[in-house]
Amino acid sequence: MQEKLEQLKAQLTSELGAAADPQALENLRVKYLGKKGSITDLLKGMKALSNEEKKTFGQAVNALKQQAAENIQKRAEELKELEIKREIELMPEFDLTIPTKDNRGSYHPITLVQRECERIFTTMGFNVEDYPEVVTDYECFEAVNVPKNHPARDMQDTYYLENGELLKSQTSAAQNAILRKYGKQLMEDGMPIRAIFPGRCFRNEATDATHENTFFQMEGVMVDKDISISNLIYFMKTMLSEVFQREIKVRLRPGFFPFVEPGFELDISCLICGGETGCPSCNHSGWLELCPCGMIHPEVLKEGGIDPEKYTGFAFGLGLTRLAMMKYGIKDIRDLNSGSLKVMSQFTDDK
Amino acid sequence: MFLSMNWIKDFVDLSGLDDLKLINQFSLSTAEVENDIQFKGSDLSGIVVAEIKSVENHPESKKLHLLKVDIGADELVDVVCGAPNVRVGMKTAFAKVGAKIGEIEIAPRPLAGFMSCGMCCSEKEIGISDDHSGIMEITDDVALGTDLKEIYAIDDIIFEVDNKSLTNRPDLWSHYGIAREFAAIAKRPLKALDFADLSVYETLPKVDMKIEDPLCYRYSCLQFENISRSVSPVDMRIRLFYCGMRAINFLADMTNYLMLEMGQPMHAFDSRKVENIRIKRFDNEFEFQTLDGVERHIDANTLMICNGDTPVAIAGIMGGLDSEIVEDTHTLTLESATFDAASIRKSTVRLSHRTDASMRYEKSLDPELTTAAIARFVFLLKKYDEGIKVVSSLTDDYAYRYPQITLSFDKAYVDKYTGIEIDNETIVSTLTRLGFGAENNGDDFTVEVPTWRATKDVTIKADIIEEITRIYGYDNFEIHTANAPLFPTRPEPVKKDEDNVKDILVKHFNLHELHSYVWNYVDELKELGIKNEGVIKLANASNPNIETIRKTMIPTQLCQVKSNLGYANDFGIFEVGRVITGMTDDNLCIEEKHLGITLYQKGMNVRDLYFRMKTILETLVDELKHTTVSFEKIEPEFDFEHPVNLNAVLVNGKVIGKIGLIHPSVMKKLDKRACVVFAEIDMDKFAAIENNSIHYVGPSKFPSIEIDLSFLSSRFAPIAKAIEKAACELIKAVDVIDIYEADDASSIAVRLTFSDNSRTLTREEVTAVTDAIVADLEKDGILLKK
Repeated sequence: MQEKLEQLKAQLTSELGAAADPQALENLRVKYLGKKGSITDLLKGMKALSNEEKKTFGQAVNALKQQAAENIQKRAEELKELEIKREIELMPEFDLTIPTKDNRGSYHPITLVQRECERIFTTMGFNVEDYPEVVTDYECFEAVNVPKNHPARDMQDTYYLENGELLKSQTSAAQNAILRKYGKQLMEDGMPIRAIFPGRCFRNEATDATHENTFFQMEGVMVDKDISISNLIYFMKTMLSEVFQREIKVRLRPGFFPFVEPGFELDISCLICGGETGCPSCNHSGWLELCPCGMIHPEVLKEGGIDPEKYTGFAFGLGLTRLAMMKYGIKDIRDLNSGSLKVMSQFTDDK
Repeated sequence: MFLSMNWIKDFVDLSGLDDLKLINQFSLSTAEVENDIQFKGSDLSGIVVAEIKSVENHPESKKLHLLKVDIGADELVDVVCGAPNVRVGMKTAFAKVGAKIGEIEIAPRPLAGFMSCGMCCSEKEIGISDDHSGIMEITDDVALGTDLKEIYAIDDIIFEVDNKSLTNRPDLWSHYGIAREFAAIAKRPLKALDFADLSVYETLPKVDMKIEDPLCYRYSCLQFENISRSVSPVDMRIRLFYCGMRAINFLADMTNYLMLEMGQPMHAFDSRKVENIRIKRFDNEFEFQTLDGVERHIDANTLMICNGDTPVAIAGIMGGLDSEIVEDTHTLTLESATFDAASIRKSTVRLSHRTDASMRYEKSLDPELTTAAIARFVFLLKKYDEGIKVVSSLTDDYAYRYPQITLSFDKAYVDKYTGIEIDNETIVSTLTRLGFGAENNGDDFTVEVPTWRATKDVTIKADIIEEITRIYGYDNFEIHTANAPLFPTRPEPVKKDEDNVKDILVKHFNLHELHSYVWNYVDELKELGIKNEGVIKLANASNPNIETIRKTMIPTQLCQVKSNLGYANDFGIFEVGRVITGMTDDNLCIEEKHLGITLYQKGMNVRDLYFRMKTILETLVDELKHTTVSFEKIEPEFDFEHPVNLNAVLVNGKVIGKIGLIHPSVMKKLDKRACVVFAEIDMDKFAAIENNSIHYVGPSKFPSIEIDLSFLSSRFAPIAKAIEKAACELIKAVDVIDIYEADDASSIAVRLTFSDNSRTLTREEVTAVTDAIVADLEKDGILLKK
């Protein structure tokens, strides 16, 4: 019997080594340790032995049984490890140089720039307003002190509609409405008027790389008791530095706009050529005329129901289209309304 | 407008100052200077006065001459010259050996077999005129060999000011006016102009002249005769040329010179043609030939200068051909006048004829200039042509005077407006330099506006702030933030929704935002067979393709889809734009802000694409309003809409837009092998939807029961209706888990999830609900699938 025991032990060891998968291992377990397994059989064959022998042999068989179970378990773990190892080996290395398809959507660059400006001004306490594209002659001109005979009211500059209304040629068309909307709070609650109104403007002119008949501006106004030219320059410089994420160079020149007095042209150094060499975008001057601004004309305040002796304010009209072109290096203004996905889908997000 | 630094320096001593820095300062304080400043004469050297001593014909050339010229040196110089006007005794401009003209350096060289040691120059070659008909003839009495630059002001700095930046400054359309700015900037005194004393002619007869129309503010004139000079002095011609005008003859040059110097346009008539000057308009329309030979149509709005009833000039724009100075003109009548600016501008536009004169009149010229300009004219005339004789007294009709403007303000006003400290002395001295009569009594200021600023430009005290600050320099401003109280900002609901909608469409559904024009793309629509629909047109569109304002966003988007075919097999675009959908009773446009979405996909699985759009709309409403969307079949409004599957989009029973397919006739032209789905949402209506906000329901401790029911139906609507009718609060979710489509046995499988937060449900109470739903549907003939 002892002999058989040793034989089984040797046989199991060799068969365990040969078992290459979980099924083979399970077969082995059944073969040795199952109800009819060979080790179980050894116990069955003990009936013929003496009690003394039974005890010794029984202990030996149980030891073998336990060891066999352990060895099978051990082998099972070995097989699992082998399996994982094989799985790792089978994993191919990916070729990351293969281009992947980009399915992301995109924003129009004007949206990105507009949002950025809105964000900056909102953090400085300005309200964002919405305004129509079709306005009356009163809103666009009369209310903002553009006299009847001003060249800006000539047919050739403004798109007039058949009914006498017009496509707003400037975001200043919203000024009167804004002053009226917030004037009461200014006078009664001392709440300064701080508002920006982005919007699309239209000029009846021929288009080329730097001229469009449809473009975006963002008007801003601030009115309070002691708003000064110094404040205006501060806000413009701060805001533009935020927009371009760097300390930018600005320069103010006198500019004539009927709705402001004094009025300024605000230039910033060209961001495409850096202002050093000059390029088509800045008309080879190194400076980009970005933003007409000024102190709101007393007549405009008056027309908006605000006493110009008590209150002063500044206004500006930021060229969002220009800004977007500078920010992204867009050289041809016509790209923006081209509707070309090939070009426009580049602007995913820019927060 | 081109400006000469030499000319400016006639009126203000700028010695010791850097010209370029001054010009830049001018740009920052007064008006924009274009960036190409020209340094005239800088590329020219070694040009001297020479006299032609002998002229021989070249033996083989008909054109060339062999000259010996005297350049004031010991020996005569041999030159081969091709100019036609060479003659012995003629003095000319001569580029001697070593001279530089632009890139060229003059060296002795053989020319047609003879050595040529220098070059006789035309005026064009030395850059002082565009005359290249022959070599320059020098008539002034100067020593031979003198450098030309010593006798003529060839060296000059010419800069250009953007005319647009001068629209509100009539006083700046002249060198004298610009010099006043330079004087203020440089803090140097402005010299007075020299004038002739016209009072000495008071005894002479007056010109018969009368203003008969209020559009003429002032008309001044003077007659003179005996002009002997025909060619202007070289320096005058150089200045005119540098400033962009060409020399014509002495008299014409003088009027141009005066205009560039003082800003007052003038005109000289042959006195025979203007015996009784009348300024008026005509009731009838007629043709009138101006001195450029062009027939121009004159209407009842155009102010005319007339001889009695015969028009002789278009006021402020151009003289007539019939009254111009001719060979046998003996007596001249010099006109110097002021007209209503708007009238001149309108006439200019009507005639499409803008002249240097009308450009100035449009800006509201100072009427005080008219007589001053005549006095200056006579002064210069006598300087250059001593023999002239004034034969009339100064005749002047001053019909309209601008009111004198006096403004008062105090220091506190200046402080408040500027936000910086500018002292009283600076305020007064700055204004004084600019010609204002400025006085202060402590902190109180009184300012008289000079006539040349009082025609429209400076009318209120805020204008005075500009005068003070621009000369002070905006670069010198100390800048600081405002001391204003803070309040929370409140974004416009529609703006907020618009932003969020864009984010969802881009980030969640990978759509692309494109911009388009507000008018229909007529040509492109024609290609797609879509009618150009709109309720209103532009009155003055430059071409019919951009004339009609769109009524819907979708046709434009279809054009965009077409131009982007090939970009990808599957893409979607959107835009938040404006449309005009109708007119109010007051004939005002009804403008709406619309979100247009168009999805394109290669292949014919139109249902999937449609449901993608449906998901988009449901997501927008769910995300931003926490409510649900429903759809309702509608009839087509436009020809691009497919009659089937056109649905109104409703939220809370209100229509906010529509969803639909593209009409097959359009699709055939757009892309036969693709499908397109559109949706158009009114953003203001969207914004008006009440936001349900999120209603939090805590997790239930009790198990839920799911019941799956499969109905034999091809439509979900009746099933949904039956479930809704059951009005069971225990139903927490309804999901469609399977759709089977077949001709006669379509089915829809629904999973109902029941639960309650306070107890475990019994199978019986749930079955009671589902049984009721099943029974309800059975009544409509919708049976459970066995």
